[in-house]
Amino acid sequence: MTSASINSGGRVFAVALALAGWFVKFVAVVLVIATFNFILVHAAPGDPAQVIAGQSGASDEKLLAQLRAEYGLDKPYPIQLANYLKRVVTLDLGYSYRQQRTVASLILERLPATLLLTATAFTLALLSGIILGTLAGVRAGKWSDTLLTIVSLLLYATPVFWLGLMLVLLFSVQLDWLPAFGYVTIGVPMTTLQRMGDIGMHLILPAVSLAAVYLAIYTRLMRSSVLDVTHQDFIKTAKAKGLKQGRIIIRHILRNAMLPIVTVAGMQAGALVGGAVVIETVFAWPGLGRLIYDALLQRDYPVLLGVFLVMSVIVIALNLLTDTIYRVIDPRVSVRAAS
Amino acid sequence: MSTLKSFLRHPTGMIGLFVLLAVVILAVSAPWLFPDDPWDMVGAPFQPPLSEGLWLGSDMLGRDVAAGIAHGARISLIIGVISTLTSLIIGVTIGATAGYFGGKVDEVMMRITELFQTIPGFILAILLVATLGPKISNVIFAIGIVSWPPLARLTRAEFMRLRGREFVQAAVCQGQRPLTVVLRRILPNAISPIIVTGSLAVASAILIESALSFMGLGDPNLMSWGFMIGAARTVIRQAWWMSVFPGLAILLTVLAINLVGEGLNDTLNPRISRKR
Repeated sequence: MTSASINSGGRVFAVALALAGWFVKFVAVVLVIATFNFILVHAAPGDPAQVIAGQSGASDEKLLAQLRAEYGLDKPYPIQLANYLKRVVTLDLGYSYRQQRTVASLILERLPATLLLTATAFTLALLSGIILGTLAGVRAGKWSDTLLTIVSLLLYATPVFWLGLMLVLLFSVQLDWLPAFGYVTIGVPMTTLQRMGDIGMHLILPAVSLAAVYLAIYTRLMRSSVLDVTHQDFIKTAKAKGLKQGRIIIRHILRNAMLPIVTVAGMQAGALVGGAVVIETVFAWPGLGRLIYDALLQRDYPVLLGVFLVMSVIVIALNLLTDTIYRVIDPRVSVRAAS
Repeated sequence: MSTLKSFLRHPTGMIGLFVLLAVVILAVSAPWLFPDDPWDMVGAPFQPPLSEGLWLGSDMLGRDVAAGIAHGARISLIIGVISTLTSLIIGVTIGATAGYFGGKVDEVMMRITELFQTIPGFILAILLVATLGPKISNVIFAIGIVSWPPLARLTRAEFMRLRGREFVQAAVCQGQRPLTVVLRRILPNAISPIIVTGSLAVASAILIESALSFMGLGDPNLMSWGFMIGAARTVIRQAWWMSVFPGLAILLTVLAINLVGEGLNDTLNPRISRKR
């Protein structure tokens, strides 16, 4: 393993550099999205004060005048934008006049459910994709290949919200095995452990529907990646050394074959988070996606803009996570070279 | 011609083409097959499939599900094609500029592309349609805005590959203007992978459109598959057919387009096919 040649001081420095690079990306994305939000509010038809108030048509003149003063809507655009960015940096995401609460508090309340759903789906897709793909790759045969191709073709073409509904139809309506919607059973006293189990039961259908298409993609990728790696020289060396089959698969094939899958998973984090919005709508899952849906019905723009910002941050966090996984499992690349 | 012949011999590509043609015919003939407005009540509500005059049943307001699917096919195909053209214009322009000029220009263009790949595209599309208004033109614009990055990356890679080739260098040395070189020399040689990726983009555009209208952001005057599923979601316990059939329509159409796209890939890029 070449990484042993990097001394520990250099390694710490490289990690620090990678983190700094990630932080720059993080700040850049937040600033760009905030700017974008600002443009959007002003591009929307009608008075920006009305957009911020989440009203159209009949509206409270006093509130609008107050908003214009508060947000400095009569000032030139650059100054308004600077003020807006300043508020975003201090975590002030605005106020929802529809719900009479700050956007930040609304988002904080919904964040855990979304994190639980996206993290579960992401882990489920990645882990099962790697395991199933390895199995399919190690014992590559005609039927497993054909089955994988058909299943993934079908899943590529299935709208994620419809898949969710069909799973509800099968597992909740027909079989009555799993709850059809919600986060936790309401009105039943439960211990903490029971409550966790109950949330887990509610989590199964949304997480599986969200993960399904990525699971198919990763399984297919992993299979071809495993096949590629298996034919390389270092595997022959390992076999020649007399290593056991299981050890070769885990230590040598898996570790190298996983790399492209991790890269793709990082690139698809944005799509996964977007899919969570639809899935939360289907399953009445009380997360940020559901918040978006409710905000849409009420045209509550401050909430929409705030959620967009926070969900983009979640995507960047997932990118950081896949970057880290990549670095941990990659036997060759030094920390600095990967970014 | 040989390309056409080899596509005709591509089994799954041909299956896709037949299904797609059937959807196109359904879309085109919808006004004759179902002359009534798909929003009109034509029978009793909650009629199951194969009821009198209602093959696929009726929804909770007595609207004909089959009529909705036929009229929805028009919207899905139109939005799929036009929004893909929009993202092609954006993506090919950005990718071609980056790949042709390289250096600083390339750096800036790729940073923008990366940024658009990082932000959750579907949420951006929701925001755009919500603020600009749920009109079909805004839906098309929003899908175009979130779908171009893969096309830009592909075009850039192709342009970088072709940029150093002799025939391009010769054209530059002859003093042809950059625009001429790009449009007449490089683009024609890069077009086949762009066509393949573009055809697959139509499928994903249809999926995004269905998700948008499922969330209630479709054009309120146009019947669409996503809207039908969204409206039927709450009554799925009583009436499965209202959400099952429109979903099958989306699945079949998207699957058909993907099959055609993969068939095109195998016939247009025989060397790199099967590597996806």
